[in-house]
Amino acid sequence: MSEARRRLLMRTDWGIVYQNARDGLRMKVSAGANVGERLMAIGDRHYGHIRAEAVDWLERVEMDLGRIDDLPATFSGGMQQRLQIARNLVTKPRLVFMDEPTSGLDVSVQARLLDLIRGLVGSLGIACVVVTHDLGVVRLLSHRLMVMKGGDVVEHGLTDQVLDDPQHPYTQLLVSSILPV
Amino acid sequence: MPTVIPHPTASTATAAAPQRLEGYNFAYLDEQTKRMIRRALLKAVAVPGYQVPFGSREMPLPYGWGTGGIQVTAAVIGPDDTLKVIDQGADDTTNAVNIRRFFAKTAGVATTDRTVDASIIQTRHRIPETPLTEDQILVYQVPIPEPLRQLEPREAETRKMHALEEYGVMHVSLYEDIAKFGRITKSYNYPVRVNGRYVMAPSPIPKFDNPKMDRMPALQLFGAGREKRLYAVPPYTEVKSLDFEDHPFEVETWEQDCALCGAGDSYLDEVIVDDKGTRMFVCSDSDYCRERREAGHQGDGGPA
Repeated sequence: MSEARRRLLMRTDWGIVYQNARDGLRMKVSAGANVGERLMAIGDRHYGHIRAEAVDWLERVEMDLGRIDDLPATFSGGMQQRLQIARNLVTKPRLVFMDEPTSGLDVSVQARLLDLIRGLVGSLGIACVVVTHDLGVVRLLSHRLMVMKGGDVVEHGLTDQVLDDPQHPYTQLLVSSILPV
Repeated sequence: MPTVIPHPTASTATAAAPQRLEGYNFAYLDEQTKRMIRRALLKAVAVPGYQVPFGSREMPLPYGWGTGGIQVTAAVIGPDDTLKVIDQGADDTTNAVNIRRFFAKTAGVATTDRTVDASIIQTRHRIPETPLTEDQILVYQVPIPEPLRQLEPREAETRKMHALEEYGVMHVSLYEDIAKFGRITKSYNYPVRVNGRYVMAPSPIPKFDNPKMDRMPALQLFGAGREKRLYAVPPYTEVKSLDFEDHPFEVETWEQDCALCGAGDSYLDEVIVDDKGTRMFVCSDSDYCRERREAGHQGDGGPA
């Protein structure tokens, strides 16, 4: 696939949510512009329309609309992560990659973010590849699961099946390492 | 006030060609360098708006003072050319005077203040008000040739963005202006799209001058010495300023006319005339203003 085509896919059919929101956001422009960027990148040249989409998406990720013209640098980690998700979903991608979307967030924020991701993925019919080491997140979000070690897939299957009956020693180690609350 | 101080050499007519200095090659640069620059210019003209890398030389003036423009002028000037140099529209500012003298000495060419008499006009930050013709070349001095630079610091990435026509990010900065101020506030170096393809920095001319670039009969050449880039807009090429459908491109307007010549259609500079802060608005294009005054036009003279 040519690079031009690949980069077009990155702006349209694919979305990437980075572990560190700073990698996925444009930190020097406002939240609204961050959401609008992908629309402008695919040729939207109507300010009113871009603005309306930005408002709509910030609402969907439960952001305070009073912050639409603020810089992402002034946001908390959870807000930055939600902004990143809005920014990716605005062009209605079909496949979204998420790299540790909840790591580094405090647990209450994690829970709301997971709820949000699950809701959006369900309602928009998006396929989502989530990389995480948090087995709680895995159980909540995913239908299918791949366990990787040293760059290789060591086990894969339905999430419940793998977590409840791990076959590979590494998966067994992972599952048995969860701290009981 | 720059517009009324008579320039030492500023005879209104074309000055006679002065004697050329001994010991320098014609127009300072050696022939191999001029050839290299001309090759780059040919490529630039063939691909309007594309930034062509070139081997920028050390020039006897500091970066930021027109080292790019001066090399382009040196590469295209011939003994029969008549050179005009302007800085912010005026012929008598330091930068313009020095560059004009430089070519008078090293190339022995005739120089002029009159836009209509010039065959090559080197400019910093303005396009003359008098429409240019097919027989003229306009050379711009460019500090930052990359319009995407502020949004994307990596050169490798900006080149890729140009190659793939990924220009959405240009509109992000315009969006920011409207979100913050209700209108596009960028007033100079306003990005343009050339020939429907490359997004180009028009050099820090006021956006008032942007419409003049569109389908201009004269050849427009741009030189950035420090950044080592050349680009060009061939005659009669479409140059469109970026905007939004619901926030179209607009130029600056003034409530008053020029205080000296009464022009209502030229770019005006605000000039403070005393210690009390009294101000007047005068044409930034000193040649245009003088010609109008010579033709009998008069402004209201500004503050009494």
